[in-house]
Amino acid sequence: MSAGFVEIALAEVKALGPDLGAAVLVSQSSTVNLRWALSGLTTNGLTSSRSVTVIVGAPVSGGTGAGVLSREGLDAEGVRALVRDTVALAREAEPAEDAAPFVTGEELPGFADPAAETGASTLAGVAEALGEVFGRSRAQQRESFGFALHEVVTTWLGTSGGLRYRHEQPRGTIELTGKAGARSRSAYLAGATRDFSDVDVLAMDDEIATRLRWQERQIEVKPGRYTTVLPPTSTADLMIYYLWSSDARTAHEGRSVFSRTGGGTRVGEQISSTPLSLLSDPHHFGLGCADRVLSTSSSPMASVFDNGLDAPSATWLERGTISALPTTRHTAGLTGLPVNPPADNLILTGEGGTGSTLDLLEGVSNGLLLSSMWYIREVDPQTLLLTGLTRDGVYVVENGEVVGATSNFRYNESPVDLLGRVEAYGASEICLSREWGEWFTRTAMPALRISDFNMSTVAEGS
Amino acid sequence: MRTGTMQLRDARLSSSSDVAAAGLAVRVLLDGVWGFAATDELTPAAAVATAERALEVARISRPLVAERVELAPEPVHADARWVSSYRQDPFAVPVAERARHLAGWAGTLLATDGVDHCDIRLNLAKEQKFYADLAGTVTRQQRVLIEPEITVVAIAPDGPESMRSLAPPTARGWEYLTGEGWDWDAEIAGLPEHLAERVKAPGVEAGDYDLVIDPSNLWLTIHESVGHATELDRSLGYEAAYAGTSFARLEGLGTFGYGSDLMNVTADRTVEHGGATIGFDDEGVATRSWDLVRDGVLTGFQLDRAMAARCGFEASNGCAYADSALNVPVQRMANVSLQAAADSTTTQDLIGGVQDGLYVVGDKSWSIDMQRYNFQFTAQRFYRIRNGELAGQVKDAAYQGSTPSFWGSLKGLGGSGTYYLGGASNCGKAQPGQAAWVSHGAPATLFEQVKVLNTRSEGGR
Repeated sequence: MSAGFVEIALAEVKALGPDLGAAVLVSQSSTVNLRWALSGLTTNGLTSSRSVTVIVGAPVSGGTGAGVLSREGLDAEGVRALVRDTVALAREAEPAEDAAPFVTGEELPGFADPAAETGASTLAGVAEALGEVFGRSRAQQRESFGFALHEVVTTWLGTSGGLRYRHEQPRGTIELTGKAGARSRSAYLAGATRDFSDVDVLAMDDEIATRLRWQERQIEVKPGRYTTVLPPTSTADLMIYYLWSSDARTAHEGRSVFSRTGGGTRVGEQISSTPLSLLSDPHHFGLGCADRVLSTSSSPMASVFDNGLDAPSATWLERGTISALPTTRHTAGLTGLPVNPPADNLILTGEGGTGSTLDLLEGVSNGLLLSSMWYIREVDPQTLLLTGLTRDGVYVVENGEVVGATSNFRYNESPVDLLGRVEAYGASEICLSREWGEWFTRTAMPALRISDFNMSTVAEGS
Repeated sequence: MRTGTMQLRDARLSSSSDVAAAGLAVRVLLDGVWGFAATDELTPAAAVATAERALEVARISRPLVAERVELAPEPVHADARWVSSYRQDPFAVPVAERARHLAGWAGTLLATDGVDHCDIRLNLAKEQKFYADLAGTVTRQQRVLIEPEITVVAIAPDGPESMRSLAPPTARGWEYLTGEGWDWDAEIAGLPEHLAERVKAPGVEAGDYDLVIDPSNLWLTIHESVGHATELDRSLGYEAAYAGTSFARLEGLGTFGYGSDLMNVTADRTVEHGGATIGFDDEGVATRSWDLVRDGVLTGFQLDRAMAARCGFEASNGCAYADSALNVPVQRMANVSLQAAADSTTTQDLIGGVQDGLYVVGDKSWSIDMQRYNFQFTAQRFYRIRNGELAGQVKDAAYQGSTPSFWGSLKGLGGSGTYYLGGASNCGKAQPGQAAWVSHGAPATLFEQVKVLNTRSEGGR
């Protein structure tokens, strides 16, 4: 029925005026989750919902007015009423600055297919393994905490220009935290998956136990600048913020770290001598996402009028040089840059990069290995200086080996500046950003070894 | 829940959306085990099916649950109704009228020398909840929330500088934007001047300073270092994998020294216009206010019914909240506020007592560790204080601290004339993530010898 809602809505728009354009998005979501703490299940649940977003463009004095309304739980008559409200909104609106013709096209294969669903069976294997994890934890005087989520969102898009597009997006995440020693020791691992068939909870728990053992020896380390190995999850934390801060319009207006002094943007400028490339690719293996724009609200990174526009692979950083910034059709016009809507994933690769996080320890005579980052916030947009904390394990590395653990730190670092201090990188692997993974799940990142990473103060929290 | 967002960029409408989500959830407690299911299909058949799914979740979960849940007792509140304090539903104001009102503000600001860009954001929310439980409590509640935010930007020779409005989010209606509860004329008139001063300001010299902290900044420090730290679910470990735990422990109740003896903090879900204010929580508990810190000593926690029963409290204090029908209620924050001095001390009095310090106004960047110890905050404006007087803005400053020692350095409080109710619309917690509105009041305050960083130096510049 969801694809049918698109047709009902567009027919209603057509009936209300030949001067109107529209895009209609119907999203059907199905989720299942398990949450646990203190080595026992706590909250968990099953949900289902469907939202309808109607976007209408109407001629008004001085341009095109936009109406955007979203509602959940509608029936067919409710959809028609939603369209009428949206059309009224558009006709009364001030001109929308990002107004553009709605995308044209035809019905693409599979458009009429029904919604995909998930359910308790998707996490049955996780639940079974958790029983053993809880038993092990009690036996080994440690505690287990964590969260597993599986979601499938099916989205149908139709435009008044004839385009019909359906996209099915599975999303799975799992995070495990282990604590020991009256919670003075803490270790964390996470993963992103499409269907949980590749998740080995017991192996993750083994790794948690290993890392907790690494923390049995505590070494005092003072704040300062250290050679630091970031695991892929932390690289993802920093690179996602890089992407989010990189829209072309803000840069063009002189308001971001991607602004060129004197005007324009830094596209074409080399910021790292390391051959690292940052890209979004909707067809990247294991990170597949919509290859067309699906947007229920406008922002500097997306325009509701661009719904259905191709979102092909885009390279934001090519071998250390800024090669593109995200644009909409509107902001491409403002900035003179190509239209470049970002697909919903992010991949950082280093030329010839091989090996894992632990392989990067080899070149470290005296440094630190992080487990994850937390509470990352922007301090200075000019430099994209971010502050945040290390969390759940900072390991002391001497002569290429972990020799113990130290306290957490507050760091102050800029992901743009930091790319200029990459000493070594590993192979890119699918990972989950701890800080932003709830909103940006699909990343593949390498571990990075950074020189002079700024650990500003010791953080007592564990 | 209905939410509306509107954004204007340089006086032009760049985005407007209006989302209404409706659904029903059933939470069952079966032999001490929770089961939860939710749907957006609002029919009797769907309700029955959802209840059956919730029971099934509880049965499946039972072998993996370590402890059986009990709920603290609560009187039955039959057919209770509650509506927040507002005059005009902002959703009843036509979108075009909202946009014209905000564009008028932007036009005024953009016509001022030194303002190169102006961003305006307006968030609206209207929450309507029906709750019923098998004990007989039935509640119907509605509240309206509004958050306007204005940012002006100057493109200076050495980079962009910005200045944001201090008006807090609040549980009011459209009347908030037309002058009830905030002086917008004064706010808009002041922003260009504050921005111009910031553009010319020198960088702060890093070191330890006495800080006079305006409540427009301190509310966020309270939120992070007291509000979250006194959530009992965090303290017990139920948020250890995500939001974190807390240094505040149950065994420290009545004895743990949280700060100086000037520190008196209350939690309150009843204060008028508070972001977390409601009549009954999402477990049918009547809301109230209570002490969290009295004379510098930890005296209370924020509870839901399960936490209260587990830890031997007589009753919950009404902190269960779910941000939508699709999410399970969890323990969320009340309006947590620092009490003003009983006298009439002014901000100027506090500044007058400082020889070498900084006056900190308006919140900006914030970050705190997972046990709520180590924090770092920046501000909209840092003013130098020399010999008891303000000596112009400095920039690139951030203050760092560790919660108990920071609150231990509280040496001065303003009176009620300096009190301000700040707050946030985006407090995040739980998995799946949930957002909540919350308010925090405070007077002007004086803290001695707090570490201040130069953020440019921190960035290696």
